Amino acid sequence: MTLLAFDWALLIEKLVLIAVIVFSSLGIALYTTFAERKVAAILQDRPGPNRAGPFGLLQPFADGLKLMMKEEIIPNTSNKVLFILGPGLAMTAALMTCAVIPWSSHVELFDRKIELQIADINIGILYVFGVVSMGVYGIMIGGWASNNKFSLMAALRGASQAISYELAMGLSLIAVLMLSGSLSLKTIVGEQMADGNFWNIVYQPLGFLIFFVCALAECNRTPFDLPEAENELNFGYHQEYSSMKLGFYLFAEYVNMIMSSAVMACLYFGGYDIPFLDESTLAPNIAAILGVGALLTKIVIFIFIFMWIRWTIPRFRYDQLMNLGWKTMIPLALANMLITGAVILWRAGG
Amino acid sequence: MSITEILFFFLSALAVFSAIMVLVSRNPVHSVLWLIAVFFAISGHYILLNAQFLAIVNLIVYAGAIMVLFLFVIMLMNLNKETERNKHIWMKLAGAVSGGCFLMVLVSLVRQASDFQEKTALMGTGDIGLIKNLGKALFSDFVVPFEISSVLFLSAMVGAVVIGKKE
Repeated sequence: MTLLAFDWALLIEKLVLIAVIVFSSLGIALYTTFAERKVAAILQDRPGPNRAGPFGLLQPFADGLKLMMKEEIIPNTSNKVLFILGPGLAMTAALMTCAVIPWSSHVELFDRKIELQIADINIGILYVFGVVSMGVYGIMIGGWASNNKFSLMAALRGASQAISYELAMGLSLIAVLMLSGSLSLKTIVGEQMADGNFWNIVYQPLGFLIFFVCALAECNRTPFDLPEAENELNFGYHQEYSSMKLGFYLFAEYVNMIMSSAVMACLYFGGYDIPFLDESTLAPNIAAILGVGALLTKIVIFIFIFMWIRWTIPRFRYDQLMNLGWKTMIPLALANMLITGAVILWRAGG
Repeated sequence: MSITEILFFFLSALAVFSAIMVLVSRNPVHSVLWLIAVFFAISGHYILLNAQFLAIVNLIVYAGAIMVLFLFVIMLMNLNKETERNKHIWMKLAGAVSGGCFLMVLVSLVRQASDFQEKTALMGTGDIGLIKNLGKALFSDFVVPFEISSVLFLSAMVGAVVIGKKE
């Protein structure tokens, strides 16, 4: 832990990195809301937001300004501290994932080798899991503190859905970990970039499918957006929220989408790897910039698929959701894990 | 004072304060949330000991799963009213005395036990808490107890399903 021994340059380097990553995630999330409305418009054959600025590009700022200017209403029967804590927790948990994602290889600046990853910890992917399981509290606390039956029902739904799908997600992940033999996301990406290895999607198509479905459920996206099912629960767990607190909840969903897309890209699609290109032949800085571009492209594609699904597929019923999670996803993930383990053993022994 | 020591005292203070708040809070939901804070502080201690795997598993299992279930039960039973009954003053006194005695026994045990003397924790250098070493230890030296405890978990799961099943 050189950080604790006060390597000031490292401290500054990491702080700058954190600031850049957090603010760019927020910026991307801002434009993801815009993209969501545009994609919806295209899929429904209408123009979509096009008034604010050229092609409506200033629309997210108009939306943000509107949210901030709205009156802040805190219901007087609510639990005030927890009511305010809820959206904050949701946002914090959403942003914390970015700490372990390897955004690219390293750049060389002022004679320093700067890794474009905030922390390459030994337990990277478990950290992501820990943060995801904390994300439930934002929903639960917000829903409960509102002191509203609909909010509470939505919060309970959201939490039970998240817990159920976390299991299948973890089981599908174990297969990837058996392949790469490490929990560090950087090593997992490195394995996929190595000569003669393909991306994990080639070895783990079923695992990826399970992971993707579970990611949809964890982000509360359609067809799993039961916590905010408008026609049953009015507006879900954030019904009592207004102004920027509502904005935080809505925004956290988009940040979650970006982070889960980034995790999926790292686990199954080679992270910052550019297909059919040997990065080691390039200068490190150029390779790093191209790598960021590659990862962002993969993230954008995933986000588009998320949106495509949202505007195409109708919502599940609650019992269907639970059946799918417990009776389909978990057995499939278990089978996938066993088969992967057997194949690895057979190859190692044979 | 090194950074590690400052962190140690900060985390210890946080853990003790949160633990006291768990008991003092009248609202059960607040108690659960303070308990989560305790788990975070303890995970911080694990990280100081370089036991990253233990730290994160502590968070995933206790803070992420078990406490969520606690919250579920409390929210569904609608315990948010402050339901604590007024206990008699003698009850409180007896509780304080017996609790104090227990604490004294514990402290004297820890102080006198030969296992604890002359030993210091490895701060940030030990590597038994890393997942590779832990996995090797669990699956070679401790494989029998490990497997037996997994059977125990399985039986608990089966029991829960049997109890929960509709007739």
